[in-house]
Amino acid sequence: MLKIENLHASVEDKAILKGINLEVKAGEVHAIMGPNGAGKSTMASVIAGSESYEMTEGTIELEGVDLTELAPEERAHQGVFLSFQYPVEIPGVSVTNFIKTAINENRKAKGLEDMPAKDLLKKIREKSALLEIDRKFLSRSLNEGFSGGEKKRNEIFQMAMLAPKLAILDETDSGLDIDALRIVASGVNKLKSKDNAVIIITHYQRLLEHIKPDFVHVLYDGKIVKSGDASLALELEEKGYDWIKELA
Amino acid sequence: MELKEKLVASYVAFESGININSDIHEIRTEALHHFEKLGFPSKKLEAWKYTSLNSILKHDYSLFPDNEVAIELADVKKYFIHDIDTYKIVFIDGKYSSFLSETTHDGMDICLLSAAFSKPKYKVIIENYFNKIAVQDNLTSLNTAFASEGVYIHIPKNVEVEKPIQIINFTTGAENATMLQPRNLIVVEQNAHVQIIERHQSLTSNAVLTNSVAEIYVDRHATVDYYKVQNDSKNASLIDNVFIEQQSNSVCSVHTFSFGGNITRNNLNFYQKGEHIDSILKGITIIEGKQHVDHNTLVHHIEPNCESHQDYKGIYNERSTGVFNGKVLVNKEAQKTNAYQKNNNILMSNRATINAKPQLEIFADDVKCSHGCTIGQLDNDALFYMQQRGIPKKDAKALLMYAFANTVLESVKIPEVKKRITKIIATKLGVNMGFDL
Repeated sequence: MLKIENLHASVEDKAILKGINLEVKAGEVHAIMGPNGAGKSTMASVIAGSESYEMTEGTIELEGVDLTELAPEERAHQGVFLSFQYPVEIPGVSVTNFIKTAINENRKAKGLEDMPAKDLLKKIREKSALLEIDRKFLSRSLNEGFSGGEKKRNEIFQMAMLAPKLAILDETDSGLDIDALRIVASGVNKLKSKDNAVIIITHYQRLLEHIKPDFVHVLYDGKIVKSGDASLALELEEKGYDWIKELA
Repeated sequence: MELKEKLVASYVAFESGININSDIHEIRTEALHHFEKLGFPSKKLEAWKYTSLNSILKHDYSLFPDNEVAIELADVKKYFIHDIDTYKIVFIDGKYSSFLSETTHDGMDICLLSAAFSKPKYKVIIENYFNKIAVQDNLTSLNTAFASEGVYIHIPKNVEVEKPIQIINFTTGAENATMLQPRNLIVVEQNAHVQIIERHQSLTSNAVLTNSVAEIYVDRHATVDYYKVQNDSKNASLIDNVFIEQQSNSVCSVHTFSFGGNITRNNLNFYQKGEHIDSILKGITIIEGKQHVDHNTLVHHIEPNCESHQDYKGIYNERSTGVFNGKVLVNKEAQKTNAYQKNNNILMSNRATINAKPQLEIFADDVKCSHGCTIGQLDNDALFYMQQRGIPKKDAKALLMYAFANTVLESVKIPEVKKRITKIIATKLGVNMGFDL
């Protein structure tokens, strides 16, 4: 599904990603782990098309479509979803209005009519129940004054609404208490299918206890220095990252 | 001939069309002398530092257009808030259009200043209120000198006007460049309530200069909500001088929506003459090209225990320029004043300019006064976030701008006005919003 080859990216001439190769197939869950500053979030942003980074080399393909030259919204229309580490607050736009706009823009890009209000409401009801989101929450301004946990749940709620092919969860577990972590993880698990794929970016093993990865990759200094199965995450939890640094 | 000389020279002609044997005419004549002395404001005056009128004073304006120009309702219907029932006072080139208007004398007077000037039954109100709070500066004096037509609204005690009043000034430009000087007098007595929507609309590409003056009296426990829609053609300039006097426990709000025109200057002045008064001044400015909008506000807190709330949002595109000059004056006696002022601006282009100047003059020691002024660009992180969800950049920008302006929009009490403003904004931004914020 996702094929990344020799990805290099920099910000203000400072190289952050230094040749990443990654292939993610439909139905798979990949975890990207690594110490602070390794380039994990940069990788997520670059896949999503952030203009804050310059992609200097390599290719990113999603189901054979080259994403490299596409604007962030076009990548979203192709099925890329990024759950932000720090979701942006947008005062004045309610969660409902925002998701409605997002869904209809995605439909428009596919040549579809707006989703009928009745269907949209039904879907909102269904997906908010999945993430145990209060109805009142939906009429609040997007992320404004939300707790860390509410923001992350709202990200996964949007993911549920948009049903992307590839979901990248950037530190979705940070700022979550045990209950919220369980809700978010079970939400992601329910959304998983043989037709989509998930990349989980995390420091810690704890989210991976709930969402079992098929592959674990360790990113260090802009490169994937080690790949393995779920047991690699446990090993990292136990031994820390120092031994990884020696591999690089 | 310079516009000033032309105006002064035309006074004799003006006098031939009005009753000059009245107290009002003495006021006019005095005002003319005043204007003769002062002339038009120049950038040397502190209050006009950022707004030059030079470019609009050079036109050869027709001062008293006297061709009766008929307008088909179908052609101008879009400028009205037409999906609700309203009273309407409509002027075409400064002349009252009875055809487009809907006035009343039933339990209140919603009619014309010319009628109020000439009929004895209005004499007391005119004597007590006309030209009593309008500051005699250059442009107000000029308007007073030629004051002959405009709106006269008198809402007696305890009357709640059941539908809004629309005031529309159309300009047809049939006689080339046109200068208009409407004069409005609005007296709202104790515990009365009225909503007013005002619009100046040019129907021509010829230059238009409107120098308007309104005096609004809000008596005890009365409520006035005033909405100004400034979305005029790019050759139409407006100087809007508004003077509001409030008595105890009254509430008065003025929303100014500035979306277009050539040069727009809003002089909005509130005088709080009692206690427990609330004054609300809000504005949204979205302009482009070389348009210029200047908000010059004054809230004078004279008595204790009053509030004022100012919230002005501005979005400046291309080479447009904006000015926000907000003055809050708190007298020594005005203890326990709560005065808030907020002015947030977004510059969408490198060539757009905003000059923001909050001024607080506080002589009381037990007050809460705050002012906050920001100038920035759209938040790129927010744009990326929205794009990531599939919203195209242009729409994401529009959505952010809506959200930015929304604190002002949400205090609009007439849903149809809110809808109309939302629609104008969407049109301006070239997007189709799937919802009303």
